[in-house]
Formats: sequence, C-alpha cells, structure tokens
Amino acid sequence: MKILVPIAKVPDTTSKIAFTDNNTKFSPDGVTFIMNPTDEWYALVRAIELKEKQGGEVVVIHVGLADSEQIIRKALAIGADRAVRVDADPTDAYFVAAQIANHAKSENYDLIIAGKETIDYNSYEVGGMVAEMLDLPCVALVQKLEIENGVATITREIEGGTETVEIKLPLVICAQKELAEARIPNMKGIMGARTKPLEVVTADATEKLTVITGYHLPEKAKECKYVSPDNVGELVRLLHEEAKVV
Amino acid sequence: MAVLSFVEVSQGKIKKASVEAAYYGSKVAEGLGTDSVVVVLGAASADELATLGTVGVKKVLHAADARFNNFDSKAFTKAVSEAANVAGATVVVLSFNQNGKLLAPRLSVRLKAAYVPGAVELPEFNGASATVKKNVFSGKASASYQLNTEKKVIAVNPNSLSPVRGAGAAEVEAFAPTLADADFSSVVKGADLIVGEIPLSEAELVVSAGRGLKGPENWGPIEELAKVLGAATACSRAVSDVDWRPHHEHVGQTGLTVRPNLYIAVGISGAIQHLAGVNGSKVIVVVNTDPEAPFFKAADYGIVGDAAVVVPKLIEEFKKLKAAH
Ligand SMILES: Cc1cc2nc3c(=O)[nH]c(=O)nc-3n(C[C@H](O)[C@H](O)[C@H](O)COP(=O)(O)OP(=O)(O)OC[C@H]3O[C@@H](n4cnc5c(N)ncnc54)[C@H](O)[C@@H]3O)c2cc1C
Repeated sequence: MKILVPIAKVPDTTSKIAFTDNNTKFSPDGVTFIMNPTDEWYALVRAIELKEKQGGEVVVIHVGLADSEQIIRKALAIGADRAVRVDADPTDAYFVAAQIANHAKSENYDLIIAGKETIDYNSYEVGGMVAEMLDLPCVALVQKLEIENGVATITREIEGGTETVEIKLPLVICAQKELAEARIPNMKGIMGARTKPLEVVTADATEKLTVITGYHLPEKAKECKYVSPDNVGELVRLLHEEAKVV
Repeated sequence: MAVLSFVEVSQGKIKKASVEAAYYGSKVAEGLGTDSVVVVLGAASADELATLGTVGVKKVLHAADARFNNFDSKAFTKAVSEAANVAGATVVVLSFNQNGKLLAPRLSVRLKAAYVPGAVELPEFNGASATVKKNVFSGKASASYQLNTEKKVIAVNPNSLSPVRGAGAAEVEAFAPTLADADFSSVVKGADLIVGEIPLSEAELVVSAGRGLKGPENWGPIEELAKVLGAATACSRAVSDVDWRPHHEHVGQTGLTVRPNLYIAVGISGAIQHLAGVNGSKVIVVVNTDPEAPFFKAADYGIVGDAAVVVPKLIEEFKKLKAAH
C-alpha cells in the first residue's frame, strides 16, 4: 500500500504571537516551529503502522522553503520512507492543496492521510480540498482506521458521538486524536533519516483565492471579577443578572 | 443572485448549528438585498423545514432522496454545488461543525470560491469583495480574510451569533440533484451516540473539571451541577489521558473546541493548550485553589477556593435560582 502524508510547519503553541507591517504579517521572530501535531502524532504514525502491518511505502510531502528541512527529517526519522518538498512559501490552503494534489496525480496513492487541522490557521482545509481536486472520497475527524482487502473501515466524530463507515480505497483521511499513539524518533531512525531521499520540486502556478488583510490581537486581557468562596450566591446572581447566561 | 445555506436535519429536527448558519445566510442576503435560500439533503418533514422562515429563509430546496440520509462528503459536495447553481448563489454558508468542516473546503474547490473557515462575524462587502473575521493561532488572535472571487464560501463558527426568530414560513421546493449511485462512496455501518447527555459540541452551558478534582470518584458533584444547569460536562486532557473521564469530553487544542455561553472550569490550571479549545466561550468562570492559576487571566468570574466546598454550594445556589425563575 502506498500512502501519502502531507505535513505542515507551524509555530509551537506556547509561542508568543506577534505581527508586523501594521499588523498584516505574522512575525516569525523568536518563534519555534514544529511539525503540526495532528500530522505528526496521528496521520504519520497511523500511516507507518499500516505500512508495518501490510507492507508498502509512506511518502511525506511538505510545501515550504528550505528552512523546513528539520521537520521533514523528523518525519523520516519517525519512519516515513521518502519525502517531497514543494519549494514555495505557501500563500493559502488552496495553494498548498493544489501542490499536494498535483504530486498525488503522478504517483497513484492508495491513501492520503492528512491531519484534521493545523494549529496556526485552524482551518480544516487541506485534506478536503485535495480530495475534491482528485475527485476522491474523504472522511474527516477520523479516530480509527483499519484497512482490509482494499476497503477502509473508519470511525469518525459526529455530533454527540461517532459513526463507522466503510469506503473503498483510494481515499483521503483527515486524522485526529485516538487514531494513533505519538512516536518519538529513536537513534536508528534519526541516523537513517539523513540518507533517505528528499526530492525538491518546483511549485505549480496556482491562483490565490483568499488574502489576509490584517491580524487583530485581543484588545485587552479580561478583567476577572473575584467572588469569595463564602459568597457563592453572589456569583450565581452575577451570572444571572450581569452576564445573563443562566 | 441569492445566498445559499446548507442545513442539516438530525432525527427529524434541524440541527442547532444549522439554524445559526441559515440565520447567518439570511443576514448576508439582507445585506446584499437578495434572497436567503437553503438546501436540505435527506429525509425531513416539510413542516420542520418551513420553520426556517423564522430566521429569514425564503425558500428551501429539499432533496428527499434517501441516499442522502447518510453523510457522504463527495456526493454532498456535488449536490450542494448544484443547488448553488440552481439558486444562482454567490455566497454559500455552512456551519463550521463536523460535516461542514469537510464539505466547505470541497465546495470551495468545486465552485472555485474563496473560503473562510470558522467565521465569527458577518462579512463586510466592498463591491465584489468581502472581508470576514476568523480566529487564528488557536484563539490567540483573529484575522480578516478577504474573499475576492465571484463566488464565496463561508463556514460560520457555532455559537458565534444568536439567531433572532421572527414570523414567517419558508416555501419548500423539491430539488433533484443529478447524482449517480457511483457518486456515493461510503457505507454507514453504525453510530455510537452518547445518549442521555447533551452533546458537548452543541452545548450552551459547559461544566468542566481537571486534575484538581484528585480522582474520578469526585466527579459526582460536577455531574450534578451540570444536571441542575442543563449543561454538558467536559474535562482537561490530563484527566482523559488517565481515563478518569471519557475521551469525548476532552477539550483543547488536541480535543474538542467549544464556544458555549458559559464555561465553568473547576480544578483546571488553564494551560495554553486547554485555553485554545475554550477561549471562544462568552463567559468563563474559574474555580481553583491557586490564586496564581493561569486560567484566572482568561476568566470573567473567579472563585479562589476548594472544589469540594465550592461546587456543592454552586449546586444549592443554582437550584435556588431555578426554583425562583
Ligand atoms: C502539544 C500539547 C497539546 C495539549 N493539548 C491539550 C488539550 O487539548 N487539552 C488540555 O486540557 N490539555 C492539553 N495539553 C495538556 C496541558 O498542557 C495541561 O497539562 C493540562 O491541560 C492540565 O490539565 P489540568 O488543568 O486538569 O491539570 P493541572 O495542570 O495539574 O491543574 C490542576 C489545577 O487544579 C487546581 N486544584 C488543585 N486542587 C484543587 C481543589 N481542591 N479545588 C480546586 N482546584 C484545585 C490546581 O491549582 C491546578 O491549577 C496539551 C499539552 C501539549 C504539550
């Protein structure tokens, strides 16, 4: 089985977020960049587990500049077989999806496993867009994935529970927690990653559908109103009369 | 021209998140001086659909085709884009809920439409372009997305705006999208629904607790408080990781994102990864023994105190309030 896993580079959650150029650009100064958690912990690890069980190949693809190499090598150290980097600074999700779809068209993947969302723009976009570009079925918010005889059995999150569906491959999956247990690369993996193939390709021209015209930071930190633990009734009164939420 | 909203029906009732999407669509239509149209796929009663008139919907395109009774992202994308063409829609609105999060990006590709995932406000139009705000960096900032294409797709964050109901009934019209059986790829084998509880993603009130409760045996008062309020229960990841609570209750960066009107956090420190899933809540109440707990910085109301003492008092006081109103 041949599996493609798109990986994104995102600021670590604990990073302080700041903007420059009159609040129109994200400032990477002092930010630590990591592999997007749902891509690394769930999508990539589940792909590797399936390969370990059934044979095949796991390819990771990243759209980004040369400074992403560390993240790509980490994916190889965790267990991907080879990597493709589309050499471009991504402009929006549509652009990223178009690059991934284009690559996938030339390679005949049985399965594409993306993460459910990136933790920077929280957009849940790339997996669904790639599926539509390739005219493939897609299931999002996936918590379980088993494959047997070319048929995937998938459990996904729905309102108030889960649903289990069966779909024939090829297809696109958007992974979330519970799909796999995160793996930490071991020394052998890290050494091996250095010599695994990393192909750099140029990007295809794609139109830009959205433009971010400005960022806004929360106006001010909230002012917490304290109530004494001996006067809990006062809190209930405030929630009823002032906040009007109960 | 029209604005088309995608509405989902579950167990005969229009989903709350879909009512919000339809209301949002009607507001956009009002701003553009055009009609608010809705598309519904799968079984639904005409009476239930007509109630969409109360949130400003003029017409409902209803495809009663039983093949739509289960969600299939590929088939639904085809059907909704066909509805957009039938209605002559320039804007398509969906809820940023479980199905919407997948349907909307697919539609964006199919319609070659700029897309904003998780809008928190109504768009501002400037000629043919629209600007919509959404949260980014897990709630640490927001961004204005400018949509410049002729067609636009907007997925609206649940609980971003409260629909105001008026009078009126929507006209329901049969709609038969041209789909082949081959367009449907998934076969539903079953569902596992948490019964007797309010689904967390739909809840307006949430009572959440963390490691400060010391052990799973101490959740009784939290559940009772939730019951008195008619709230859903949630928890921190630290607690679901050790199986004190079920995984579906875990909120935060790696769990569910909730945006209730009221989020009561008991014995949760307020780590940034936890806040990422709850900081869209309208009002946050924090109960914690540590006055330095970071959660107080994100709180509207706080009690520095022991959960074991404060929660039973909250139950009593809310009971009194409920009895008086
Ligand atoms: C990449 C990453 C992703 C993560 N994703 C998530 C996520 O999605 N969701 C999430 O929740 N966490 C997430 N975490 C974990 C997060 O960083 C915290 O470790 C976790 O939220 C802590 O849970 P807690 O507040 O219940 O426990 P603690 O941090 O241990 O806090 C317990 C709190 O209870 C208070 N307390 C103690 N006794 C009492 C008492 N008797 N009465 C009242 N208060 C009391 C303490 O003062 C303390 O503030 C993630 C971490 C990482 C690294």
